[in-house]
Amino acid sequence: MSSVLLNVENLEVFYGSIHALKGLNFTVNTGEVVSLIGANGAGKTTTLRAISGLVPVRGKIEFSGKDLVSVPTHQRVSLGIAQSPEGRGVFPQMSILENLEMGAYSRSDKAQIKTDLEMCFDLFPRLKERLQQMAGTLSGGEQQMLAISRALMCKPKMLLLDEPSLGLAPLIVAQIFEIVKKLNNEGMTILLVEQNARMALKISHRAYVLETGRIVMADSAQNLLSNDEVRKSYLGI
Amino acid sequence: MKFLKAPLLTLLILSVVGLVFDFALDAYFQLILLYALVNCLLSMSLNLVNGYTGQFSLGHAGFMAIGAYFAAYANTKWDILPPALNALEFFIYCTGAGLFAAVAGLLVGLPSLRLKGDYLAIVTLGFGEIIRVTLLNMDFLGGPRGYSNIPGFSSFLFSFIFACVWLTICFFTIWRVMHSTYGRGFLSVREDEIAAEAMGINTTRMKVRAFVLSSFFAGVAGALFAHFTKFISPSSFTFLQSVNVVIMVVLGGMGSMTGSIVAAFIITILPEALRPLQDLTGVDLRMVIYSLSLILVMILRPKGLFGDQEITAVWRKYARRNS
Repeated sequence: MSSVLLNVENLEVFYGSIHALKGLNFTVNTGEVVSLIGANGAGKTTTLRAISGLVPVRGKIEFSGKDLVSVPTHQRVSLGIAQSPEGRGVFPQMSILENLEMGAYSRSDKAQIKTDLEMCFDLFPRLKERLQQMAGTLSGGEQQMLAISRALMCKPKMLLLDEPSLGLAPLIVAQIFEIVKKLNNEGMTILLVEQNARMALKISHRAYVLETGRIVMADSAQNLLSNDEVRKSYLGI
Repeated sequence: MKFLKAPLLTLLILSVVGLVFDFALDAYFQLILLYALVNCLLSMSLNLVNGYTGQFSLGHAGFMAIGAYFAAYANTKWDILPPALNALEFFIYCTGAGLFAAVAGLLVGLPSLRLKGDYLAIVTLGFGEIIRVTLLNMDFLGGPRGYSNIPGFSSFLFSFIFACVWLTICFFTIWRVMHSTYGRGFLSVREDEIAAEAMGINTTRMKVRAFVLSSFFAGVAGALFAHFTKFISPSSFTFLQSVNVVIMVVLGGMGSMTGSIVAAFIITILPEALRPLQDLTGVDLRMVIYSLSLILVMILRPKGLFGDQEITAVWRKYARRNS
């Protein structure tokens, strides 16, 4: 068994009086792809935002042995957590190149940044063709590619992907997931949040099923794919 | 010293222009021109917050007032350099006025920049009013009677060049900042705050930095204003003055420095240029035309005169379309 990279215990989040996460416990090991699946409002995005530090939390979040709860948001990036936010969140009035450079904002190793930039272009050749184009004028799929590359430019130890398939054509979705898988093969640890449960489970090692702020099921992706309840509620079979 | 070349060249050209104005214009228009320069400083600095960083500040007059009163007080009460170095003394007091305003900006910005949009607007508006009311009640600064007998500059040419020095400093400082890593940080806050935070940018700190730099130049603008009018009172720094600066920024285009400059000139000069119309028609149509033209601009160019581009880019586009 490989080492635990992320360990979440009793994670609770409140939005005003709404109890969004009611005590989550889960772990992500180094080199794994772990999915969080569930219906709308289950708390998937909230979990990612809690790990990135975008919402105030109660509980424990441990990342490679270090307690994250008291670490301010902008420092978590330097620790190795990068998020590609829901709805992509590219900077529309900046060019593709500027967007990617924003990803490396907290780094100062220029030579390494350059090689990482090349790596992103290898993954997504489409981006290289349009370096000077404004990100706001890209198609949805290209924006998603940009958001993932931008997160990679942080040189993270763990990549948080929030709904990478949102609003994309099936063919593009397949392409994006192919790349997520490729990233993982190269050693990247990935925490994936998805509505598209089938696609997510296919490329994941393990998955957690969320329902109204609680984890109701946790198993290997293989088992969940063949689980009757999951098939009925999330895969529509 | 290469980075000083463009600013010095700009200053030289502006000085020549000032020399021409010195002979070509009468005192009345010269004063309007000086006000236009002050407004340029104000709109450029507010553009940093409202345009580039995407926050909505409505308290610029407050920082201007702080700068104005500091410079006025310092210049009447203190005498740190011999008369021969008067210009340097003015410069030091202007810098001091800016620093004073910047500290105020830091104090206001730290707690309030965690707020967003309308809420930030209300807080900054409240701050501007607090400054004004405080000044009203400070007897040693003249209170409601205002502060008079502020030493001014001896000639128009000198005033003009002095203002242009600050204008050049302001323009190139903001220009350099916006083309540096900090500038990217400011822009990313405007574009998508959550994504910026997820990229490891301390968004609150970015906003505070923009705010402090902006208030520094607002303070300098206030100091210049005090020297040009030689009389200031709290009623010079009302809420309306803040709104005026916001109008300049919006009219010029949020995030366009040259746009802010052009808009500042238009807004300052237009009401005065329309004065002859009143003699002609016998009714005061000035404000009617002024507001109508503002509405027209916003209908025809909803993103402001230059949008978020600079004048050179807009001009190039225009030239291409016509060729």
